[in-house]
Amino acid sequence: MKHVTLRGGLVLALALAVALLPGASPIEAQGKGTIKIATQSPLSGGQAALGEGIKLGTQLAIDKFKGNLEKAGFKVELVPFDDQAKPDVGVANAKNIIADKDILAVIGHLNSGVAIPSSEVYKETNLTMISPANTNPTVTDRGYGNVNRVCGRDDVQGVVGSEFAAGTVKAKSVYIVHDKTTYGQGVAEFFRDDAKKKGLNVAGFEGTEEKSNFDPILTPIKAKNPSLIYFGGIYDQGAPFFKQASEKGIKAKFMGPDGMDSSDLTKIAGKAVVGMYYTSAAGPASALTGAKGFVDDYKKKFSKNPEPYAAEAYDATAIALKAIEAAAKGGKLPSREAVSAAVRQVKHKGITGEIEFDGKGDRKKALYFVLQVASDNPEKWGENKIVKQLTIAAPSAKK
Amino acid sequence: MTHAAASIALLALGGAAVWIYPRSILAFLVFQCALLAIYVARVPWWLRAALLAFGLLVMMPVIGGRNGYYLEVATQVCIFAALALGLNIVVGLAGLLDLGYVAFFAVGAYTWAIVGSPHGNVIFGGGFPLPAWMFYVFLLVGLLVAAITGVLLGLPVLRLRGDYLAIVTLGFGEVIRVLANNLDKPINITNGPKGLTPISRPPLPYFVEYNQGFYFLVLLIVIVVILVNRRLEDSHIGRAWEAMREDELAAQAMGVPLVRSKLLAFACGASFAGVMGVVFSAKQIFINPESFTFLESIGVLAMVILGGMGSIPGAVVGATVVTVLNIQVLKGLSLWLNELKNAGTTILGYNLANLPTQLEPAKYERMVFGIILVVMMIVRPQGLFPARRRQRELAHLGEGTPPAAPPS
Amino acid sequence: MDLQLLVTIFPQVLLDGILLGFMYALIALGYTMVYGVLEFINFAHSEIFIVGAFVGVEILLGLKSAGLLEAIPWLPVLLLVLVAGMAASGLLAVSIERIAYRPLRHAPRLIPLISAIGVSFFLQDAIRLFESIWRNAFNLVYPTLDVLNRRYDLTSTIDIPLKSVVVIAAALLMLWALWALVNRTKIGTAIRAVAEDQAAASLMGINVNRIISLTFLIGGAMGGAAGVLFGVQYSLVNPYTGFIPGLKAFTAAVLGGIGNIPGAMVGGLVLGLLEAFAASYLSLLTGGAFGAEYKDIFAFSVLILILIFRPKGLLGEVVRERA
Repeated sequence: MKHVTLRGGLVLALALAVALLPGASPIEAQGKGTIKIATQSPLSGGQAALGEGIKLGTQLAIDKFKGNLEKAGFKVELVPFDDQAKPDVGVANAKNIIADKDILAVIGHLNSGVAIPSSEVYKETNLTMISPANTNPTVTDRGYGNVNRVCGRDDVQGVVGSEFAAGTVKAKSVYIVHDKTTYGQGVAEFFRDDAKKKGLNVAGFEGTEEKSNFDPILTPIKAKNPSLIYFGGIYDQGAPFFKQASEKGIKAKFMGPDGMDSSDLTKIAGKAVVGMYYTSAAGPASALTGAKGFVDDYKKKFSKNPEPYAAEAYDATAIALKAIEAAAKGGKLPSREAVSAAVRQVKHKGITGEIEFDGKGDRKKALYFVLQVASDNPEKWGENKIVKQLTIAAPSAKK
Repeated sequence: MTHAAASIALLALGGAAVWIYPRSILAFLVFQCALLAIYVARVPWWLRAALLAFGLLVMMPVIGGRNGYYLEVATQVCIFAALALGLNIVVGLAGLLDLGYVAFFAVGAYTWAIVGSPHGNVIFGGGFPLPAWMFYVFLLVGLLVAAITGVLLGLPVLRLRGDYLAIVTLGFGEVIRVLANNLDKPINITNGPKGLTPISRPPLPYFVEYNQGFYFLVLLIVIVVILVNRRLEDSHIGRAWEAMREDELAAQAMGVPLVRSKLLAFACGASFAGVMGVVFSAKQIFINPESFTFLESIGVLAMVILGGMGSIPGAVVGATVVTVLNIQVLKGLSLWLNELKNAGTTILGYNLANLPTQLEPAKYERMVFGIILVVMMIVRPQGLFPARRRQRELAHLGEGTPPAAPPS
Repeated sequence: MDLQLLVTIFPQVLLDGILLGFMYALIALGYTMVYGVLEFINFAHSEIFIVGAFVGVEILLGLKSAGLLEAIPWLPVLLLVLVAGMAASGLLAVSIERIAYRPLRHAPRLIPLISAIGVSFFLQDAIRLFESIWRNAFNLVYPTLDVLNRRYDLTSTIDIPLKSVVVIAAALLMLWALWALVNRTKIGTAIRAVAEDQAAASLMGINVNRIISLTFLIGGAMGGAAGVLFGVQYSLVNPYTGFIPGLKAFTAAVLGGIGNIPGAMVGGLVLGLLEAFAASYLSLLTGGAFGAEYKDIFAFSVLILILIFRPKGLLGEVVRERA
């Protein structure tokens, strides 16, 4: 085997780079200019499925709502970034994003751990970030003018869950399991604290990063025989958990937060989750006409059911585009500041309900549904019934 | 002379390219290659030093002013270069395979994050965050804490060799991460998965633009780390490490104190990571355990081996190549493909706009990175800049393998 | 602390641990065989393992859509899937060795490790690429065979599903077969000879390359079988699922004494039991201060303790010290 010398390789690389140089400059668009919407979410690695949902939701919304801007002479494009769920990669991408003057809004991230440092970068140029998935209270409690989120906060959703468990289900004892992430642990803790306040017996509170084998956690649960099990986490972990629970012969009722809101829950867990409850800000397709159209469009375009957060990303993008339209009155490319300010003015009737941001970037009023899984057929996910409806405003920052 | 002229021309070309095409990733790549070319060119040492200094101290900040993203790339390269240099001591020089190196990085990061953010109040009562200038003190504290952690890890595993050591360090790395993820109860030390924020950043009074100042700070630390490494490599203890790596028994027979040497290797390697951890947490403003996974350890190990084990320029170049590939070249490639797709370019009669979403280029960056790793190892198993001594060994080992060209 | 509860669940936890342990043992065999011969950690083994799981799920889904899944009795179906998964993973392991490791046979020992990491990255996203084109989804679920979910009550509080019995039986059978192959046949002697000294083995007329390929084939096949059984037991597979069990299995292999086949089984069982007991008991014993999330810390701490007192693993004496 011949060794390639360093110098030879270097010369080759340089020659290649120089040769390609002119072709690599951004392609100039015709008309008044290009407006780009960036997404940042993990597109590879273990969380890719969820990250892809964010990207696809955004893509769908751009195709659907770009009409007005195109009529005004702009070209609207999506620029997807893979943040690999890593903070350092997310920050580097963020720097790359703010260097591209055409990008006027960012839809992302999936992980709060990536969103928080990256949003510090967006703030440098007042670039608006609308998050579909970051429920960590810190994201908006910093009070930045450019950071917003369409999804709910952990502290609200956990309370909605426990209210339902105590009030409607009249559970005697609950066992809480979470996935040790910011999101899952967050909801689970708020659920636990509120459940205790309401006098429910919390039989256990466990965190686990396990993704496949839940036997050792389920064994004590079975022995304690709680009347309800709450899983704070996302369906890809929740579904196997509930499936194995039911196979073990655990008779408790199941419940989870909006991370469970995916037809894949029934695809994975099948009969085990029929009758399970979950809280969500997004209503089912059968109840909201807008949502029905979204699911159909999504299926038509990508031939699969929407992932969780796809609907939130879709709404976030619609808001971003509305804000850009408002800021672009007069037909000129708006500034990032103008777009950030406009986002806070938008009132949008989206598929996850009426959206309007408060001074911190949280939703002024979030409507929450408690839904019940109706069938073990993933195709019928849209037929899940609303069993309760609650409207709760975001709490004001503690500081 | 031709080398000197070519070096200057290349640097000028790189600088000009970035200036003309501030958004082109290739232009920046030309600049980076120019710096590397200067390092390997046959020019007098003073010219090389002058050109590198000019490139890194003058041109890079100017380029960073033109496009802040490149400054971020440069800063991250520096951070990972320091990590790679630290791991290089443990793996490259002392021959102790460490698969949990990121643990020390985490220890440093949490050291500053806890006292540099309001979270300190939760543990110690009032008075936090500490004033921002304390950051400089905590660079030393982070170093010490990480070094102590290194010794603590080293103590129980002194008897282990090879892959038994590797698995224990792997376990140790996971233990630190899981601890960081779970120590929000019974006492809230790390705030669990929610992480710590806002972490104070150091005051940098002499620079107009904060990010440029930060770049200089990181660069300075890397230069110090390189100098320390050089001194260590040629010192008594450096020789002891290499002797230990080659043959523990023989080294012991020659009077190398095994226990002390091993502990020192762990402590030295860990201390660099500790310092960079402090810097990293200040840079990110927010940290949580997600930044300290096993994959990060593997990434740093890949840098060391890719560059050439036991070689200081190797570690730096390895860190540069891996970081640049991951956050610049592969990203640039997928962005470029995405632009072609948006513009509806046709290749071989196929309109890219119809590309199904399953084939989105951004999704396959890691796959390409994997292929590059394999190819690089097969084409250049001795690493990009192998240590001189290793080079000679390899020439003996591989049948008919000619020694690679010396790096200078 | 509820002592009664601790006692009641003890046998069930023991059972959970044994089941998990056999799973680890099967995966660990791949690491241990390759290590025994080449002294090299085959990092891509976790992906070789998950490829087996994917081949299994593809066949089962294929049978299901053809309507044959319910028509054929479960044992032949399972055997077919196992054999297919083993063949696919074994061949994959052999090709990886041929492409990515063999050119590096004489390089320093950490070089192939990085090559293996590259292969691992590549395979994860390659599986995903294939499945997302083929099925437009890469979280795949093993179709349920109702028979396998049938539970047998051992006592009033403990029961075991048929599928777990199958997993344990298959694992024991394969471990025995492998042990017999290595210790009782001519091929096994050749493998041991190559592990001992490649140069001397080749002087004795052994085709070293062929033996190394064979080692990868066997180790890969064991990984593939483990993949299928993993899918049957835990049902959900995705391209990234293999990574953590792979890491644990590697730990198990080292714990038992890497390069040693019975060691892989002992190590797997010890690790499985540790994990199961930690996850079930920690929370009960500490009143909720520490919980299941500490199971890995617990397992790794015990690992470190064991290695301090037995630096070559539990059954490690058999491994020859090499400079």
